[in-house]
Amino acid sequence: MRSYVVRRVLQVIPVTFGVTLLVFAMMLLIPGDPARAILGSYATPENVATLERQLALDRPPHIQYVTWLGNVVTGDFGRSYSLNRPVLDEILERFSATLLLAGTALLITVLLGLIAGIVAAVKQHRWQDRAFTVGALVGLSIPSFWLAMIFIVVFALGLGWFPTSGMRPAFGPSGPLTVLHHLVLPATALALVAAGVIARLTRSSMLEVLRQDYVRTATAKGITRRSVIMRHAFRNAVVNVVPVIGVQVGFLLGGAVYVETVFGWPGIGRMLVTAIGTRDILLVQGGVLLVAVTYVLINLAADLVQAALDPRIRLG
Amino acid sequence: MLATALVATLILAACGEDGEAGSDDPVVVGQVAEPASLDPHVVTAVNDFRININLYDGLVRYAADSLEVEPALAVDWTISDDGTLYTFELREDVEFHDGTPFDAEVVKFNFDRMLDEDHPYHDTGPFPLAQQFYGHLAEVRVVDEHTVEFELSSPFAPFLSNLAYPTGLLISQAAVEAHGEDVGRNPVGTGPYVFSEWRSNEHVTLERNPDYWDGAPEVPGVVFRPITESQTRVNELMSGGADMIVEVPPDDVAALRDDPDFVVGEQAGPHVWFLILNLAEPPFDDVRMRRAINMAIDKESIVNDVLQGTATVAHGPIAEAFGAAYNPDIDPYPYDPDAARELIEEAGYGDGVEVTFYVTEGGSGMLDPVPMGEAIQADLRDVGIDARISTYEWNSFLDEVNAGIEGKADMAQMAWMTADPDTLPFLTLRSGAWPDEGGFNSGYYANERVDELLEAAQVEVDEDARIAMYHEMQEIVVEDAPWVFVASWKQNVAMSPRIEGFELHPSFLLRLHDLRWAD
Repeated sequence: MRSYVVRRVLQVIPVTFGVTLLVFAMMLLIPGDPARAILGSYATPENVATLERQLALDRPPHIQYVTWLGNVVTGDFGRSYSLNRPVLDEILERFSATLLLAGTALLITVLLGLIAGIVAAVKQHRWQDRAFTVGALVGLSIPSFWLAMIFIVVFALGLGWFPTSGMRPAFGPSGPLTVLHHLVLPATALALVAAGVIARLTRSSMLEVLRQDYVRTATAKGITRRSVIMRHAFRNAVVNVVPVIGVQVGFLLGGAVYVETVFGWPGIGRMLVTAIGTRDILLVQGGVLLVAVTYVLINLAADLVQAALDPRIRLG
Repeated sequence: MLATALVATLILAACGEDGEAGSDDPVVVGQVAEPASLDPHVVTAVNDFRININLYDGLVRYAADSLEVEPALAVDWTISDDGTLYTFELREDVEFHDGTPFDAEVVKFNFDRMLDEDHPYHDTGPFPLAQQFYGHLAEVRVVDEHTVEFELSSPFAPFLSNLAYPTGLLISQAAVEAHGEDVGRNPVGTGPYVFSEWRSNEHVTLERNPDYWDGAPEVPGVVFRPITESQTRVNELMSGGADMIVEVPPDDVAALRDDPDFVVGEQAGPHVWFLILNLAEPPFDDVRMRRAINMAIDKESIVNDVLQGTATVAHGPIAEAFGAAYNPDIDPYPYDPDAARELIEEAGYGDGVEVTFYVTEGGSGMLDPVPMGEAIQADLRDVGIDARISTYEWNSFLDEVNAGIEGKADMAQMAWMTADPDTLPFLTLRSGAWPDEGGFNSGYYANERVDELLEAAQVEVDEDARIAMYHEMQEIVVEDAPWVFVASWKQNVAMSPRIEGFELHPSFLLRLHDLRWAD
């Protein structure tokens, strides 16, 4: 078990740096540069050259990358050109907003997905099953940004129950409750698609387990139906669901880009979109590194949880 | 059960936030992006200027309704006859928000910091526009506490209006010394509002400056929210999350104009949207073809139908918003496809001609380039010009066009927004501004008289003489038609009818000094 964990943790390193190298290369290959983005109409060749010198962008790309890598190892992520502040301050602030959004969405996804999946499996071919299956299919098919817009039109503009965008009121007192109030629509919009995936998988996994002999044995022994489903069937079915939850975290982080944009949520997805637009390489690199590390770690955690739940995996 | 309680609480919280903004509330402005910084010397975007203009003052400022210059922190000034020495007399009753006095030393500090590479605080930049606007400045001298002299290395007529540009706003020396490169997040000026809080990507809050030298504002403060998505901005206005929003998309402007719950303000800006024509190769090496194409395109229809009234027709290379520098007597090209066809026939292209037309997907000041490009293509087809559109992403587009379009395209879209009538023609119409000389004259226009006028205007100190030169230049350029002059963008705001005392300014800045809530 320990060597499995160590091996998996070490794999994180080449994956994340592979990602940053790829992103760096892409930022160089796409047209446009930060100096020109900053200068706008005044991007005369002289002005661009001066600014590139000041931003240390006139050095060869490989030197830029190696310098960046060396600095990152010592915890220095550089300074954002477009925001004139340390990259680390910005990405940590933005990432915490994304974690709050994606974390809440994950909670909704898992709760909703598991409950729907279990109910559908237990009530197979009954109306509950059909309702949840159709619901999951609809959830799966709707793009989250579209759902986000519909939510705004109905619940924010129409009914006025929730704010249309942002994370806190623009002024006046704000606390956890006001943040939660702003969180409901974006988190739900983000969660519904992923919940559809979890629900379908839970349902099929539960159905498979419920057909197993030991479940029939348990039922024959006179154990209550509730206990059979939760203790015997669900525990085994969830082994298959856990790694997919890990994958869904990636989906939630990716989907956050759209949802954050539509809801004006101050998260890292929206930050990356803007930073790519302004060719702010350091900010893009820092943000991508953080998201990639998180994604890899969460998948690692999901695999470890699965390994803990299922002894067969530990041997592999 | 828990869920029900939670939903109930949330709905209660929602109701608590509802209702009209009271007169004790700040005005919430929906901006287009997160500010880059609030250090006036560092920033380059209108989005940042819109905040800074309310935090800081410069030596001079634009007049209330034009781009002409009037006193601000300088009460008066003199310019030497040779145009190289500017002497400013400063206001004596002004303090920065941190309590430090505003004086000649601070003025010198501000410009030295931007321009002198050896200045101890030069490393708190970079200052991307400093050379562009104040590069002619040789030395700033403190004459006495309230008098400061600017010596220019050579006469440069746009200098005074460049001082009114938001890059010329003045920041507290003590704040720069205390915060270094982070002063952009701890800004201290002399303006009508005082910086209070910047919550990244959520809002920048300013409070009224009760001691403002030009009269304290009436509203308690202003909150700027970055709302990048234009539709989200409109939603926030409609739901009351913002009291005023800028850069409303054309479709929504049309709808909001008719809605009694909102007020829409519009103002044409110092912006020109045009087509660069390739004068180095046929067919546009022939002036008849260039005049023909100016008459073949229905510009009224482009601004009214494609852009839904969010722009006006441009008649020449200087936007009408520049006031006196704009020549009202130039004879604009009418929409006249018959006359265009005659000219085309005369030029020998009566059997039709194929041209390559560079279009961008979108970009700074480009409005709605693809639909505009298609409308132009349709108009040209009517007169026998077959325009083949090549579409580029904005940055690739700039690479292609700025390098010169010879051998690649016959026409290309372009747009500029500038602070001085001098900038656009100087960088795009002189023969000394061809791409190989480092300028933006990508269609290779050359006219000796235009070169002479533009170079003379830049050093002419006498304002009337300078304006006369611009007027003559415009006549020649319209006659020569190196571009198709298409549109000037109207900036817009949509706001609650409860806001009073707000006027849009041609500079695209957002002056909020006189805001008040209606009773």
